[in-house]
Amino acid sequence: MDLFLHLCIMIAIYIIFALSLNLEVGYTGLFNFGHVAFFGIGAYTSALLTLHRVPFELSLLLALAMAGLWGFLLSLPSLRLRGDYFGIATLGFGEIIRMVFQNEVWLTKGPMGLPGIPKPILFSYRFATLPQYLSLVLAFTLLTFLVLRVILRSPFGRVLKAIREDEIAAAALGKNVLRFRIKSFIIGSLFAGLAGTLWAHYTTFVSPGDFTLLETILVLLIVVLGGKGTEWGPVWGAIVLIFFQESLRFLRLPADWTRYLAPLQQMILGGLLILLMIFRPEGLIREKGKISNAGDKGDQ
Amino acid sequence: MLEIKGISKSFGGIRAVSDCTLELKDYTITGLIGPNGSGKTTVFNLITGSIPPDKGEIYFEGVRIDGQLPHEVASRGIIRTFQLTRIFPKMTVLENMLLAPQHQTGEALWPLWVKRKRIQKEEKENLRRALQFIEMVGLLHLKDQFAENLSYGQQKLLELVRAMMVEPKMILLDEPTAGINPSLIRKMMAMILKIRESGKGFFIIEHNMDVIIELCDWVFVLDNGEKIAEGKPKEIQNDPRVIEAYLGV
Repeated sequence: MDLFLHLCIMIAIYIIFALSLNLEVGYTGLFNFGHVAFFGIGAYTSALLTLHRVPFELSLLLALAMAGLWGFLLSLPSLRLRGDYFGIATLGFGEIIRMVFQNEVWLTKGPMGLPGIPKPILFSYRFATLPQYLSLVLAFTLLTFLVLRVILRSPFGRVLKAIREDEIAAAALGKNVLRFRIKSFIIGSLFAGLAGTLWAHYTTFVSPGDFTLLETILVLLIVVLGGKGTEWGPVWGAIVLIFFQESLRFLRLPADWTRYLAPLQQMILGGLLILLMIFRPEGLIREKGKISNAGDKGDQ
Repeated sequence: MLEIKGISKSFGGIRAVSDCTLELKDYTITGLIGPNGSGKTTVFNLITGSIPPDKGEIYFEGVRIDGQLPHEVASRGIIRTFQLTRIFPKMTVLENMLLAPQHQTGEALWPLWVKRKRIQKEEKENLRRALQFIEMVGLLHLKDQFAENLSYGQQKLLELVRAMMVEPKMILLDEPTAGINPSLIRKMMAMILKIRESGKGFFIIEHNMDVIIELCDWVFVLDNGEKIAEGKPKEIQNDPRVIEAYLGV
């Protein structure tokens, strides 16, 4: 039962994380390869603040603000870059942030990490046990889903999609492409910070090793596998992938099997992804709009 | 309405446009013709701010617009279409249309939470207009299709009505009839004439002389980036310089 609750909590956290990336990758067409940086910024900010006895409500808000602020600062230089160059800039940023966690020992205790992060207390209610924590995380997941849904179904979201499709045409229709991109990036960073905060207070321990490129790749896989540019894609992607990743870890296997388990897990995952990309490249969930039956494809 | 004063633009060693002066009057359909590589599309790119001119000035309704960014020029009321259509492929026909109106309340983040009524009202009104336009060009039955599923000619029509949906003061069309069949060309010409009546200016790049003669009030002829002639279409047609530039005799 605890394992199941643990799974649900991890899935819910990754749903938030994936939804935030989906806004950038799926809707705005920003291939962010450093998304884990904002997850990390949220985690470290809230962890440090609560360890210094700042109330959780406030440290949560500051963690979001911090992630959003860094999203804004990074977007200023990097969003002037196109496509792959933007990807490389964000990749670099992700590594820089990890290095900061690792080397600024006075602040982050470096590779030792930060143990003993307190469980959150919201309005004097302490979310300590697994079911309690799950309810907290689910509430935030629902909130994230609904907020992003309102944004993406609005005229604002429509402009983001247009920028993804053709930024030159969007500009020719009077849309300030850079501004929309910056806004999208800030919102994405903010919600990644939320996911990071919830994760830090769940595991109660953060260290630089938790925020590697592999995390970005995992969440990118969730988005692509689930179906980027859809409302439910990241949700299903997170359920499938995190279930797979976390549950294999707890399988009771004979002792001499376990050393094969980790590589095997990666192999199966890799195989699954290849199959999925061959048979359903648009992901588990498809973007709306009719694909076939396009009427007469010839002239007129 | 639109004044272009002595603009020049070079790419590397090539002078794409040199010392070009064009003046477009209100509510007219003006043509821009010339052989391939004569700088027509470059002129469009200069007007709409996609590229800055090396020299010269551009005024729209008395306001200087050269050096402004594409979205700034667009929001002043100059909307263009592209030689190779630029529709948003993975958005539906209707979404393509709804994107066009300027200064939508729901395009900013804060009003999404505090001005929901107003956004809904705008959306409803925009939807009504969008449906009218796509019905006009016979795309109504395709309104929920991804735009990429439309044929090339249908995409050109969509791009035209999308430009209309902006409610611009001036529309720049880059070869609107290239690659479309004759019956669709007629439909498009009828549309353009109808739209002009509602008080819009057109600036059209076109190779099809029949279209130019039938539509245009005034024509500029470019060759090697220079304006070699201007006048009424009938006059232009018999101008020896134009014939030389086009036919090379």
